[in-house]
Amino acid sequence: MSNLIDDDPRIIEFDVRTDEMLVNMGPQHPSTHGVLRLVLRTDGEIVSETEPHIGYLHRCAEKIGENVSPRQWIPYTDRLDYLAAMNMNLGWALTVEKLMRHEVGEKARHLRVLIAELNRVASHLVGMGAYGLDLGTFSPFLYAFREREKILDLFEEACGARLTYSYLTVGGATADLPPGWLQKCEAFLDQFEPIIKEYHALLTTNAIFVKRTAGIGVLSRDMAIDYGCSGPVLRGSGVDQDMRRDGESIYTGMYDGYAFEVAVQKDGRYPRDHTYPSVPKEAVLGDCWHRFFVRMLEVVQSMDLIRQAIDRYAACREPLGEPLKLAEKLPVGDAYLETEAPKGQMGFYIIGNGTSIPWRVRARSSSFSNLSVTHELCRGCLIADVPAIVGSLDIVMGEIDR
Amino acid sequence: MRGPGFLESIEAACPGAVVGSQLEAIDPWIEIAPARIADVCQWLKTAGEPRFDALQCITAVDWFEPDPKKAAKVTWQPHLEMVYHLWSTPARASLVLKVKLPRWSGDVAGHLPELPSVTGVWRTADWHEREVYDLSGVMFTGHPDLRRILCPEDWVGYPLRKDYEMPLDYHGIRGR
Repeated sequence: MSNLIDDDPRIIEFDVRTDEMLVNMGPQHPSTHGVLRLVLRTDGEIVSETEPHIGYLHRCAEKIGENVSPRQWIPYTDRLDYLAAMNMNLGWALTVEKLMRHEVGEKARHLRVLIAELNRVASHLVGMGAYGLDLGTFSPFLYAFREREKILDLFEEACGARLTYSYLTVGGATADLPPGWLQKCEAFLDQFEPIIKEYHALLTTNAIFVKRTAGIGVLSRDMAIDYGCSGPVLRGSGVDQDMRRDGESIYTGMYDGYAFEVAVQKDGRYPRDHTYPSVPKEAVLGDCWHRFFVRMLEVVQSMDLIRQAIDRYAACREPLGEPLKLAEKLPVGDAYLETEAPKGQMGFYIIGNGTSIPWRVRARSSSFSNLSVTHELCRGCLIADVPAIVGSLDIVMGEIDR
Repeated sequence: MRGPGFLESIEAACPGAVVGSQLEAIDPWIEIAPARIADVCQWLKTAGEPRFDALQCITAVDWFEPDPKKAAKVTWQPHLEMVYHLWSTPARASLVLKVKLPRWSGDVAGHLPELPSVTGVWRTADWHEREVYDLSGVMFTGHPDLRRILCPEDWVGYPLRKDYEMPLDYHGIRGR
């Protein structure tokens, strides 16, 4: 036992107390995923306090929303989580549809599932690749971006844009998929499926990666709920919640008839765990490794959903239907809806007052709440673990600062 | 909304807290007296059925029409409205609470209206209340660290108020 204590670098650090020092990390630090500034109070290598400073990317998105019609605000939703712009479009479109009590047709519904899940794969690939960068390994980033590029090519063919799509919109989508697109998408899935193994070899089972992430930044189940964490951060702590299954009927109805299992550890097992590398024995539920692993499982889950959506979409014979008019009048009332975006539960709130311009628009960002646990997770960790912890939350500053 | 007895159960636990409700809306809501919001939230989280263990969102809405022509037609009195979206993880159900506040405390422009903080109930409220204070100008009493979060610390005014005017100058940067 005494050996264990002697070997723990933190105990040695506490033995030789040095002066406290404030270390400023960011706002241009490469590991902060955008313009996030962390002020660390350190004693040697140990971080005693972390304070995130946000707002560097604030551009009054909500105020702009009070001056344009809901369809005109779609391009602003692109710029919230710009790595998953399709999911942002979808969340806002569904919220407006909820207020207007509008329901889209079958074909638009399957198109939305297909596009949203494809964007989830792209977003998780960035999350994975950038996490590798945070931990000092460059190659997974290249492997991830190579595949993401192909998804962006597919999106470019569907809507003309590679990052800010404004494709899914209130009442459906701006255009139908071009001919031959589904075959290209299937070809991508066939080619991508075996590559998942490479990612597991590069990161999930990599001894250094496991040492850097397993048991680091453990977020307990209760704390995750108390801080309003959502998405892979919440599921990584063992909370069985996914808005695609548990959300409101207007959103869950979209996934009606689709078969998928929520990526969460139940009774010590992940769903379909025979197909993946086993959980390393150092890993504790709620640590950085589990948050990362949940994302990896969701990539496969999304690919499965895409395949199902392709079949259903192809079986729809009717036309896609027109989206709602640009200046459609909004009814008096308010509606709030949370959808399962790749980073977590993205909520939109709209108040209509009888005109085509909403009275109030609100975006509840998942990364905003996910980031607010940083100071709890980083208490007592080493400085080198701060990027590992912040990276595992997979935040996007565009969404936090709005 | 929960079963028909839900409103009564809040009323029984916190007498006088419920001042109104709209159960026919798209998202049915309950209006709570401003002074009681923290008590009601504490009860909903720890004792109510189901337990609302998560807070999704806090929104402040400024009901004020700056255009005098349009203001003559509106049916409401100017006020601020706080909207709380609650979520129950075990029951997978949501709940909406609303609180009406004056735009300015004592009708003196610049005096922020006060409301008990719910930070002690859900930690999510910490950053959300800071954001509401920053952008809409509501003073949360009992908040451990109430300061601006998105705008710079020396920013003047509350941008999401309907009568907010963009400053002409900020440290030599030209606005408008």
